[in-house]
Amino acid sequence: MTILFYLSAFIAVLATVLVITRTNAVHALLYLIVSLLAVALIFFALGAPFVAALEVIIYAGAIMVLFIFVVMLLNLGGEATRRESTLLTPGIWIGPSVLCVILAGELVYLFSGKPSNIPAPGAVSTKQVGIALFGPYALGVELASFLLLAGLVGAYHLGRREDR
Amino acid sequence: MTDTMRHLFILFGVLFSVLTVGGLLIWLERRLLALWQERYGPNRVGPFGLLQVAADMIKVITKEDWTPPFADKAVFIIAPAILMIVVVTSFAIIPWASGIEVVDLNIGVLFFLGLSSLGVYSVALAGWASDSKYSLLGGLRASAQMLSYEVFMGLSLMGVVMLAGSFSLREIVEAQQDLWFVVPQFFGFAVFFIAGIAETHRLPFDLPEAESELVAGYHSEYSGLKFGMFFAGEYLGITLISALTVTLFFGGWSGPYLPHAVWFGLKTFAFICFFVLIRASLPRPRYDQLMSFGWKVCLPVSLANLVVTGAWILMMK
Repeated sequence: MTILFYLSAFIAVLATVLVITRTNAVHALLYLIVSLLAVALIFFALGAPFVAALEVIIYAGAIMVLFIFVVMLLNLGGEATRRESTLLTPGIWIGPSVLCVILAGELVYLFSGKPSNIPAPGAVSTKQVGIALFGPYALGVELASFLLLAGLVGAYHLGRREDR
Repeated sequence: MTDTMRHLFILFGVLFSVLTVGGLLIWLERRLLALWQERYGPNRVGPFGLLQVAADMIKVITKEDWTPPFADKAVFIIAPAILMIVVVTSFAIIPWASGIEVVDLNIGVLFFLGLSSLGVYSVALAGWASDSKYSLLGGLRASAQMLSYEVFMGLSLMGVVMLAGSFSLREIVEAQQDLWFVVPQFFGFAVFFIAGIAETHRLPFDLPEAESELVAGYHSEYSGLKFGMFFAGEYLGITLISALTVTLFFGGWSGPYLPHAVWFGLKTFAFICFFVLIRASLPRPRYDQLMSFGWKVCLPVSLANLVVTGAWILMMK
């Protein structure tokens, strides 16, 4: 299980790096899908199969398909690829690198300290997730649904035909 | 026989039988279509034309496997492979008889839904990588159609999951020993089967590859073995949807007198024939009709089914 975890973690990190450095949009999206699948496998190895399945169905299976759909409609040709290849200059790496180093420092601190630094996870069942969502976090769920409804109404308004 | 040996035996047995059935379906479909259209169909090669399958295979394998120079090579090659991997992997969760399955996942139904949502990439990427307008239109249609019908497919199965109280296909079959789920979940079954036809893009929902307008849709540029993979993937998809319909709504392997596996095979065969009968008898709708049927009929029906099932379960408690 430990080997599985580190292998999929390595694949996830590598695929994510490749997402950033690819110049072709579809190739980058494909690596992002691989990264999401690797994260799903990590969840599975950690004993959360339900989260793993939802990760595949929602992120890899629905949201990323819409990304690819849009990229297909945009029909980005060689011109976009060339423009993209000029974007990643060495200077642009500085800001994200500094922020990432801070995050990495936090991680090292958590791992190096006493075990009490790491909160005990404990298995969370599907039922507990459901009860939590409809109990203490009901407000958050409602707010998220407001956001989705606004998006839906907006899409309907934009897609509506003028002639009637 | 040790446990590992038994497991390997089941694994290769399932793989072998699934691929054989997928191959034989080429012949079966052509013979059945011919029967319903009062023709003979392929009846020359071997007994009843059965060796037609072998002839077709030799033809597909020996044809030139042409990759268009304008295509995105890596994506073009990986697209048909995604379809085959996704469909064949889905067969792992199906219980063929009591205790005979490759893996008994406690998230079986979700596993299938996740894999079928990954299947969209195959057609979408094939359409994009071919770099031809017919392929792109086919790919766009296929991804919109599959993405929409996936929603109804998932929702229609939730009624079954609520009644059985589990995502595991083994437990769903065991929960149907007294009453097949097709009786309390008839609308769930209807929506699932329609969505299954749309997911495998079979006639009458084969608009992604409608030959009268799009040449061959997303696989216009494919030839040889890569085309064969799309072709075989479609037949394996039919087998998968039939086997799942039997498992989820028609009691799976359960049945009197005959062995479990025989019952499972017979029921699945009946649904495969039903797929072919639908192709032989129904005309193709327009693309907008297909989408509005999905969102205006299938979605409300499956949602109402979910609400009624939930209320019924609460009342019976």
